[in-house]
Amino acid sequence: MADSMYDQVRTHLLAPAGLGPTEIDLALNRLLARGIDFGELYFQRRVREGWVLEDGSVKNGSWDVDQGVGVRAVANAGTGFAYADSLALPALLDAADSARAISREAGAGQVRIAPVTDYPLRYQAADPTAGGGSAERVELLRTIDAYVRSLDARVNQVTVSLTASHDQIMVACTDGTLAGDQRPLVRLDIRVLMEEGERREQGFSGGGGRFGVAGLMEPECWQHYAREAVRQAEVNLGAEPAPAGFMTVVLGAGWPGVLLHEAVGHGLEGDFNRKGISAFSGRVGEQVATAECTVVDDGTLDQRRGSLNVDDEGTPSGCTTLIENGRLVGFMQDKLNARLSGVQPTGNGRRESFAHLPMPRMTNTYMLPGAHDPSEIIATVEDGIYAVNFNGGQVDITSGKFVFAASEAYRVRNGKIGPAIKGATLIGNGPDVLTRVGMVGSDLKLDSGVGVCGKEGQSVPVGVGQPTLRIDGLTVGGTS
Amino acid sequence: MSRSELLEQPEREAELLAGIARRVLDRAASRGAEQAEVGASSSLNREAGVRLGEVEVLEEARDRGVRVTVYCRGCSGTASTGDLRPEIIDQTVDRALAIARHTQPDAAAGLAEAELMADDVPDLDLWYPRDVSMETLIERACAVEAAGRGADARITNSEGASVSAEASVSVYANSHGFVGSNRGTRYAQSCILIAGDESGMQRDYDWDARRRFDQLAAPDVTGREAARRTVRRLGARRIPTGRFPVLFVPEVARGLIGHLIGAVSGGQLYRRASFLLDAVGQQVLPEWASLIEAPRQPGGPASSAFDGDGVATRESALVADGQLLRYVLSTYSARRLGLTTTANAGGVRNMRLSGGQRSHEQLLEELGRGLIVTEVMGQGVNLVTGDYSRGAAGFWVENGEIAWPVEEITIAGQLRDMLANLRAAGTDHDERRSLQVPSLLVAEMTVAGQEA
Repeated sequence: MADSMYDQVRTHLLAPAGLGPTEIDLALNRLLARGIDFGELYFQRRVREGWVLEDGSVKNGSWDVDQGVGVRAVANAGTGFAYADSLALPALLDAADSARAISREAGAGQVRIAPVTDYPLRYQAADPTAGGGSAERVELLRTIDAYVRSLDARVNQVTVSLTASHDQIMVACTDGTLAGDQRPLVRLDIRVLMEEGERREQGFSGGGGRFGVAGLMEPECWQHYAREAVRQAEVNLGAEPAPAGFMTVVLGAGWPGVLLHEAVGHGLEGDFNRKGISAFSGRVGEQVATAECTVVDDGTLDQRRGSLNVDDEGTPSGCTTLIENGRLVGFMQDKLNARLSGVQPTGNGRRESFAHLPMPRMTNTYMLPGAHDPSEIIATVEDGIYAVNFNGGQVDITSGKFVFAASEAYRVRNGKIGPAIKGATLIGNGPDVLTRVGMVGSDLKLDSGVGVCGKEGQSVPVGVGQPTLRIDGLTVGGTS
Repeated sequence: MSRSELLEQPEREAELLAGIARRVLDRAASRGAEQAEVGASSSLNREAGVRLGEVEVLEEARDRGVRVTVYCRGCSGTASTGDLRPEIIDQTVDRALAIARHTQPDAAAGLAEAELMADDVPDLDLWYPRDVSMETLIERACAVEAAGRGADARITNSEGASVSAEASVSVYANSHGFVGSNRGTRYAQSCILIAGDESGMQRDYDWDARRRFDQLAAPDVTGREAARRTVRRLGARRIPTGRFPVLFVPEVARGLIGHLIGAVSGGQLYRRASFLLDAVGQQVLPEWASLIEAPRQPGGPASSAFDGDGVATRESALVADGQLLRYVLSTYSARRLGLTTTANAGGVRNMRLSGGQRSHEQLLEELGRGLIVTEVMGQGVNLVTGDYSRGAAGFWVENGEIAWPVEEITIAGQLRDMLANLRAAGTDHDERRSLQVPSLLVAEMTVAGQEA
């Protein structure tokens, strides 16, 4: 299957630009100056289609095409990088000449590349932007709008957006790597604004993954998101001010896994650790979480938003254990950081596009399930909050401080879930927050497929997940 | 065009882009679009990054792009491409037209009225081309980082320093016959350092960006400032939960005023997603404060004679004596609200908060016992309700004097109250920014840290 993926990309991406094995060899050979550890060509064409509904009608749609080639040459820890928005040979060779300037030494070499094809596919080559279907998509958004409005008369504004993209990449490297991938990605977002008296509140839901638009057109799929968005807005209409202070926090299953992404995920990326600037640097083997906690980064899940067949350096995707029974066991690596750290790449080399350099990035990051029933966990909380939905987070990987902002949360007293509270930021310290995990639920859930991770100005799609967790002490930033 | 050609003859690049724009508009018209608009841009960037005295990244970048929107019988469609070959440009126009066949009519869609187009496009003093060599950038980055690492023995590591030289040319044209062109240069340097002691590691940075390369801060100024900002965070701790006055330094005070601007922006208003609905004429800041937009300021960070719709920009107050005078509107959002555009398609340009008079020492004295916030984290800002809750770091102040660094706390409040009850402002505007806001003293916020 992977060989047909490679063949298709060769046919659809490279052949129309007049690029074949000879041209790729020519460009790679230019990168082989003395002192260059490896050189790489990354060809890409990405088509994105988007439709947005507002005020009951689809008023605009967009179609965006980006294509180009990014060339890098790496000498020890230094990288020369250039890119061109044309796939034509002269532009490719110019970019190669600019990139190899990282080494001041002259020289030439010969490289032999062969396609990497012996890995399983996590998603198919479906192109969700091909084959028309615009009329059906527009109709879907209108149907969703009518459904949302039928759910609750207090719904004032409904925004629905549908995006579909098809990303074709080919990576050729002087280490012999040659791999192609075609990545479908679709996403549906539903946002509602509800008004009651003087109060106005929003609710949001959505999802997607690496499959065709048909998957989102199933009524049971979009109706679920619609009800969820309305329910959240309704909950927020009745929310009281959140408490302020240090308290027990129970995090719901699924999307609250953004905790793991921020608190430990970024700190376990290979670049920060090689440089010794992460709060986790030099701590492999140490206990950084309670024994109930095992956290993995897994790019091999079928059709998930963060999944990859091969990463952006042509390394087949993997499942990397980061924390095993509370002990820090591994980092996520791209080729450059793996080589400098004397370890193997883990399939985490990702880049936003040909115009950006790859670096170690997460795919789908989640905690494995524990032993406790979620209701049993809530029952143990005397005084705290239960947060089930979040807006996203941020981390300072050096100090380890991270935040994530709750968008749906409840007060918990004497083991009972109480009134809804307004959104509040939670702040903690990455290296010790998981040492405060008191209980881990049996209800592992992955998010619905809307995650975007930003690092050094580059955005990539990711997934998160976790079972219900009780954290015995986290600072909650409410007002009361 | 090559790098040196673009730097020496930006008019030629602008003419090339204008030619593409004409091609787009002609094709759109011949295929049935009643109106069309197109933006085309071309930019060059050369950047050197060093870490621990060694080259880490050398980058040569060339970005180009074209974005077209067509309007047919009240329906619109948008398409973009980074591939500027004529046949691809034509396909892109056809894509936009195909999309417009499926969208639904929108009475607010379409170009701004022809009489609003900028009829004069003065030179705004934004173009200072210089073909800075990669060697020069590398040397400068090394000098910045070395100054930072040498400034304090507690600087133990570095995320590196980088220096960049960027030049861009862009054209906006529409079927009224308007063609406007902008060009600008930007040179930037930054340095991120790590400090460490028995309390742990801290990271912070400093940067500078200018239109002219020879106006960039001296390398050692940026390096030393990065070091100063980093080491002062060492030993940070939490503080007890309570309610305190909070002094926002200019870089985070900008965010507060940014939320005010966001809440009075057309897109939020017509979606009713703002805590400042129908607020024109109301007091949104204290009486001593005004917000003036100067989009044609010579050499300004965001200067342009026309906005994203081609509409002529002009100096105008958003807030005078604390009172909101207008909204921030594009042609589209203005029509949605039954109002007239404020030439803010693409956002506000060179907005400055005036009226503050306090020195840093005076602000500290007025703060008395409370918090200085130097950094906020996370997305805890709800523009619909004005609820504000962020992670924060900064300094604790006792008796008007900085006592110790603070981290892992949250600050929370209600934006409408926080803004309307600002107690004082400084005069320390950050001239490098398009939104220039001095230090702001917020009367009181809930600060959460340890158990009280």
